[in-house]
Amino acid sequence: MYLTHDPIDLPALLADTRPSDGAVCLFVGVVRNESDGKETVAIEYQAYEAMAEMELAHVAASVSQEWPGAFVQISHRVGRLEVGEPSVAILVTAPHRATAFAACRLAIEWLKETVPIWKKEIRPDGSGEWVEPKTPSLLSEGRTPLSDTLFNPKFRQEDLP
Amino acid sequence: MQVRVLYFASFRDAAGHPEEIREIPPGTRVADLWEILSREVPAFGRFPGMPPAAVNRLSTVAFHTLEDGDEVAYLPPVAGG
Repeated sequence: MYLTHDPIDLPALLADTRPSDGAVCLFVGVVRNESDGKETVAIEYQAYEAMAEMELAHVAASVSQEWPGAFVQISHRVGRLEVGEPSVAILVTAPHRATAFAACRLAIEWLKETVPIWKKEIRPDGSGEWVEPKTPSLLSEGRTPLSDTLFNPKFRQEDLP
Repeated sequence: MQVRVLYFASFRDAAGHPEEIREIPPGTRVADLWEILSREVPAFGRFPGMPPAAVNRLSTVAFHTLEDGDEVAYLPPVAGG
């Protein structure tokens, strides 16, 4: 299960390493107190849960394929989260740091563009605003996330130091 | 035949409910159903063509023909993370 209605269990993610791992890279996305100058007191995350589970599995498997040796774990929370609470955690373990960093970055960028999860920023007066990024999602026009993302130059291995 | 339509985020607010069962004629495509829904919910009209859609939890295309019992979801721009 990649989605959770409970707080993300970071220690559990960190406990899952292999003897061959020499690097552990953890990305944690947390709820920020503002967005474009507008105060935010909480964020409500909603997901198309059945599809999001499949898409998150797809992200984890495909990133591991793109970066051999990387072991990818993802946990995304849904429901109402207060400022400072982790909304997503991506943990990548690998024999070496270059792979761990790159795979972790690819996983979060891919997740943000393709997985059917939405967030509503809650203002101090209790009103809410759904966040709708202007960049078209890779889900648009029936394009497959795999081909679009993996062949996007910004994620290619050769561009990394 | 019948399909189940799911709404999320801003679409759910606009539709006023999370899901509904819809009676559609055979041969209805994903884009055709969106056009029908857009006539009833004006807020859907802000998408010039059709938003990304999924049939039975898989990403699909506008000209995909719906089958009886399908689960159809029209997806607003995603914003996870």
